[in-house]
Amino acid sequence: MSSIEERVKKIVVEQLGVKEDEVTQNASFVDDLGADSLDTVELVMALEEEFECEIPDEEAEKITTVQQAVDYIKAHVKA
Amino acid sequence: MSGNLQGEIALVTGASRGIGAAIARRLAADGATVIGTATSEAGAAAIGATLAEAGGHGRMLNVTDSAAVDALVGAVAKEFGPVSILVNNAGITRDQLLMRMKEDDWQAILDTNLSSVYRTSKAVMRGMMKAQKGRIISIASVIGLTGNPGQANYAAAKAGIIAFSKSLAREIGSRGITVNVVAPGFIETDMTAQLPPEQRQALLGQIALGRMGQPDDIAQAVAFLASPAAAWITGETLHVNGGMYMP
Repeated sequence: MSSIEERVKKIVVEQLGVKEDEVTQNASFVDDLGADSLDTVELVMALEEEFECEIPDEEAEKITTVQQAVDYIKAHVKA
Repeated sequence: MSGNLQGEIALVTGASRGIGAAIARRLAADGATVIGTATSEAGAAAIGATLAEAGGHGRMLNVTDSAAVDALVGAVAKEFGPVSILVNNAGITRDQLLMRMKEDDWQAILDTNLSSVYRTSKAVMRGMMKAQKGRIISIASVIGLTGNPGQANYAAAKAGIIAFSKSLAREIGSRGITVNVVAPGFIETDMTAQLPPEQRQALLGQIALGRMGQPDDIAQAVAFLASPAAAWITGETLHVNGGMYMP
């Protein structure tokens, strides 16, 4: 089974239509990967689906980079 | 235009009679797989019977019940594929001069005619965003633009649909989804049959084309907005009223 990092990376690649090597740990969805506000909502929804969790809006707002997404999943989802 | 909706999955609310029934028939004739909804099992069965030959289906749905809306959209996706055309047609009237309008008359209209559009649109959006295409078409009314004594609730809900659609059009345009409105004038349906004869006559006098509309007049407009020909039209309200009101 792939690691949380790999699964998050895969979702980011799929949702934002970016190349895998662009999705670095500290890449910002909006500033580095060109996401608009709708993309970020879709991304959070895709994460919720993949990890079977619900990310509250106030938490979702704080997830702006690949690493922050990984950290959130690690802290809130039992693998 | 037949066949230009091949492969599309169309969900039409309030499809058991009147305008909704005509829309369901039209979209099915154009090749879409149509799921028409009614508030009762009998209504749903009747829709199924009418549409069977064209490849359509009837389902029961109470559009004021969010869970039921989500469940139906999920079931349709599983059985036929994700909804690619949504037609928000379900609507009711509770006419009353405001002086005598009960809060319940107000709430019921807002809930069934406007909040339902929020519920169904939200339920189908995700599938459409994934597919990067979709059509959301809502049926408003000329009354939403002109106002009408005794219909403050209805007019408010119908005007609300137009503003809702403009906002949603801006939100999801980048995903290839169009959101439009058809605003019918006076159409011969069970809903308008309740009008007193003198009011009917007065209305006719205001219609440039000199006749009441038929449900098919609206269905054609909806079919156009659902078709590939309307790909670059979004946030728009198409006024289909025989020239009764020209904004």
